[in-house]
Amino acid sequence: MKQLLNISIDRIRQHRVAATLAFLMVFPFLMPYETLAINILIFGLYAVGFNLLFGYTGMLSFGHAAFLGVGSYLAGIAVVHAGWPWWAAIAAGVASSCVAGLVIGYLAIRTRGIYFSMVTLALAQIVYYGFYKAERWTGGENGLRGVRVEAISLPGISIDFLNPLNKYYVILVFVALALWFVSRVLDSPFGAVIEAIRENEKRAVACGYNVARSKLLVFVLSAGICGLAGALRALHLSIVPIDSLHYLQSGQAVMMCLLGGMGTFLGPFVGAAVFLYLEDTVTNVTRYWMGVVGIVFMVFVLFFPKGIWGTALGWVAHWQRKVTRHGEPS
Amino acid sequence: MTPPPILEVQSVSRYFGKFQALHNISTRFQAGELTAIIGPNGAGKSTFFNVISGGIRPSQGRVQFEGRDITDMAQHDYARAGIAKSFQITNVFKQLSAHENVRVALQMQTSRYQILRARSAYAGLRDRADELLTRVGLTDSHRKPAGDLAHGQQRSLEVAMALACQPKLLLMDEPTAGMSPQETVVMMDLITELALERTVILVEHKMKLVMGLCKRLLVLHHGELLAEGSPDEIRSNAEVKRVYLGQG
Repeated sequence: MKQLLNISIDRIRQHRVAATLAFLMVFPFLMPYETLAINILIFGLYAVGFNLLFGYTGMLSFGHAAFLGVGSYLAGIAVVHAGWPWWAAIAAGVASSCVAGLVIGYLAIRTRGIYFSMVTLALAQIVYYGFYKAERWTGGENGLRGVRVEAISLPGISIDFLNPLNKYYVILVFVALALWFVSRVLDSPFGAVIEAIRENEKRAVACGYNVARSKLLVFVLSAGICGLAGALRALHLSIVPIDSLHYLQSGQAVMMCLLGGMGTFLGPFVGAAVFLYLEDTVTNVTRYWMGVVGIVFMVFVLFFPKGIWGTALGWVAHWQRKVTRHGEPS
Repeated sequence: MTPPPILEVQSVSRYFGKFQALHNISTRFQAGELTAIIGPNGAGKSTFFNVISGGIRPSQGRVQFEGRDITDMAQHDYARAGIAKSFQITNVFKQLSAHENVRVALQMQTSRYQILRARSAYAGLRDRADELLTRVGLTDSHRKPAGDLAHGQQRSLEVAMALACQPKLLLMDEPTAGMSPQETVVMMDLITELALERTVILVEHKMKLVMGLCKRLLVLHHGELLAEGSPDEIRSNAEVKRVYLGQG
């Protein structure tokens, strides 16, 4: 029995994307309502994209709202001002956040540690004010309204996008593709390089890796994933609120990562889910929900620094070692 | 007639502000030789090591590797050019397993920016990483995080990572620093063995250690090249005696 469980866990680990998807297929039925599930999906992806840079490469960006926001706004502008179809809007959102990632990344990777965090924060604030002032295109303070996508038209079929459950599964398709992509990147030789850079930059250089180029590449990948999350959010909300670009949004990515477990594949997703679920349920009880989330966050940072998912993975690994040790013939 | 040197240092000086750490040093290293750079504390050994390994640029002078000027080469290009180094302070990827440390170093030659193929598809690298770990005497600790290895083992791991670059020139900055006497003996044996196949230059603080090992020694003192020659020549050099004995 124990052996069977042990083997199953190994299998799940090997097929982490498939296992995650299987869970996400039933996920909306576990949540109080579908919109919360959609929010978790989108912010889960946002946190996973952020974690590529923060957890795996060791670069703490305080400006990732810029990529969520740029992805959102450009997808929204594509729909509202250019009348583009939904798929072109998503592509526009991802492409523009990649470009934003290239520019911000190019400037920021010259610095390290706290300076890197500050430079990303400052550049993201510039993006914030740029979009805030460009009222004609972005709606300024009121946000960009009217990102109406009522149906997802594919050759042969049309899916009603106003039905929340349909919306969830359409968005899940994109989140699934993105998770698969991130998982591939992490498993690739390049995934090893970014972890090596996190562990010891000097040694990575001595091994012959161009650290600046690797950092820029991972920065752009991370921005692109966050931009996809943003584009999906624009279609989901049918509005792009200006606070998508606010630095609190950048801080949220950090919190979600730490809560769930930075540097683990699924941790940020779990972090986003717990964060949003707490926000949703606690708001019903008290308006000081931030206080409650804050306390939970502190408890984890202080007592479970590996986060919810990281700690759980640690326990499972420990249990597995015990089982294998007992299972071996002596 | 002597063959062209593998590494040539031409009138290299290095200033830090007003302080001159290296004074106009010129020397050549022949391919296949094991050379040690020695000198008392503050002699400029580490600065010299950093200049020839690309860590810092000389203020004046040039460095040539196999006849090619490498003075302004980017640091990450050294490994590809065939120059590998191990640091004075241990530099490994602490949270990665010992095996992964070496595999990452090996991977540089084949698949640096491949982002969609699985690492496990490169089975050749895995086997070669195992071989290299065995070579430096780390047979039983492949899966352990590098940070959990004993100090001496981490240094051996660094050597394995340097070897993974298939260097023609191996540079080692105080390879036995902080090692126990037993670990030192093992490391010195390893260095002797490695020097049979490639050029090795090592910086060492302990003169005794390298006397029996190297064919050639360079002695630095106050940033100047005080003497160079065989161990016997160095031993009988009056200047060297004065510097080493004079300091007690």
